[in-house]
Amino acid sequence: MDAGFIGSVMTVLSFLVFVAIVWWAFHKGNKQKFEDAAHLPFREDADEARKPD
Amino acid sequence: MEATYNYKVVRQFAIMTVVWGIVGMLVGVILSAQLIWPALTEALGPLAPYLSYGRIRPLHTNAVIFAFGGCALFATSLFIVQRTCQVRLLSDALASFVFWGWQLIIVLAAVSLPLGVTTGKEYAELEWPIDLLITVVWVAYAVLFIGTVIIRKTQHIYVANWFFGAYIITIAILHLVNSAELPWILGGGVAWWKSYSAYAGVHDAMVQWWYGHNAVGFFLTTAFLGMMYYFVPKQAGRPIFSYRLSIVHFWALNFIYMWAGPHHLLYTALPDWAQSLGMVFSLMLIAPSWGGMMNGIMTLSGAWHKLRTDPILKFLITALSFYGMSTFEGPMMSVKTVNALSHYTEWTIGHVHSGALGWVAMISIGSLYYLIPRLFGREEMYSTRLINVHFWWSTIGVVLYIAALWIAGVAQGLMWRATNADGTLTYSFAQSVNAMYPFYTIRLIGGTMFFAGMLLMAYNVWKTVAAGKAVNDARIPQAVAA
Repeated sequence: MDAGFIGSVMTVLSFLVFVAIVWWAFHKGNKQKFEDAAHLPFREDADEARKPD
Repeated sequence: MEATYNYKVVRQFAIMTVVWGIVGMLVGVILSAQLIWPALTEALGPLAPYLSYGRIRPLHTNAVIFAFGGCALFATSLFIVQRTCQVRLLSDALASFVFWGWQLIIVLAAVSLPLGVTTGKEYAELEWPIDLLITVVWVAYAVLFIGTVIIRKTQHIYVANWFFGAYIITIAILHLVNSAELPWILGGGVAWWKSYSAYAGVHDAMVQWWYGHNAVGFFLTTAFLGMMYYFVPKQAGRPIFSYRLSIVHFWALNFIYMWAGPHHLLYTALPDWAQSLGMVFSLMLIAPSWGGMMNGIMTLSGAWHKLRTDPILKFLITALSFYGMSTFEGPMMSVKTVNALSHYTEWTIGHVHSGALGWVAMISIGSLYYLIPRLFGREEMYSTRLINVHFWWSTIGVVLYIAALWIAGVAQGLMWRATNADGTLTYSFAQSVNAMYPFYTIRLIGGTMFFAGMLLMAYNVWKTVAAGKAVNDARIPQAVAA
């Protein structure tokens, strides 16, 4: 097992991990979760508008 | 007791961003004037050596990257992590330590570099005692940031924090590996501050540019993208175009960026396969870079009219446009045949400033205009009209700057490679220097315009601060925190 072989294995593994990440990001079941996350910067504002200092 | 956010450290860093921006850019203006009038600072007599080009050039790069850019990143990351995790920073004492520690590092750099104390490694010039201090402060920052993410009240970690997290961890690794050095006093040297790199020859070059390019990648790109993913949606008043794309953007950048460094060493002693690897990975970087840029710009889709009236949004969106331009230009310049023309010419300097002024500085300025009124209990900046003037000065300044250096670089490259029928060089080196004068002059004008914009900003900030009252602790909305 030389460095070249280990390098090749790492490259293939990294690629597979990346493909898995893309699949996870665009998986239907996660759609709502990510949409909620996208609104994180705004949740505080809606609340502040109701209850000003 | 009511739960609050720590705004004090954010405010301290925000104000120092403006201060160091002015200092760093002023040094840049002096440098660009020295290129036109090399004897400019010689009239200063005994002071002249401390202001010579070779000594203040690293002062400029360190000041704008680590003092201006660094303070902007500390301010925004510590603001964003609190607002999106809906929790106060892990520790106020640690926050103060990070602020004062970083200011001390900047002052030490501003003293040591003009004195000629340097390791000679680009963007890592500071000597070993300062390197150790950087390590301590950076670890404190990492504990502060990551600790705050861990104690968050929200379920999800907002994407901006992912970008900041990657930046903090990567910069720690880069700094530790590239700054591995032997203080020469251990080898019997006289100057106690002097050190030599742990690496030699081509290994030193490869480690240096692995560091150098990832400093661009993770300090000047990833971290400022974290800024973008918060302030663009906030200022536009709508969530990011595609949150899922932002996840892919994040991981694609992380997987690819690490390997692009060798493009700084094309046609050198670096093994050919490593050069080709660097070129291929640099080309691949177009995909995540443009994905991220589109994600930011498309956030405005359906609200484009806001660009007409909101100069803060103009800053943010123009910054993204320059990000797109320079991340197209960069991969193109890493193609070996293009690099054969562009390397060592002014084109490189133009490219760097399209990223540094157009992207990094403009996204920071836009974010600060959003941030500063909130840190001083105001609705908005003292003058929106002045923000608009600042925007146009900066934009015209950058365009003049980079256009001048494109032409200068290509002219320089073509003159260097031109040969006569008998194989001798057509132009002497001095002739190519002489050809630079008009372009250096345009560059000085562009750079001065950008600098003058920062002075306008300082005035606007001053008036806003004077009319407001410093907010140390801001209330955390209770319903959300629950």
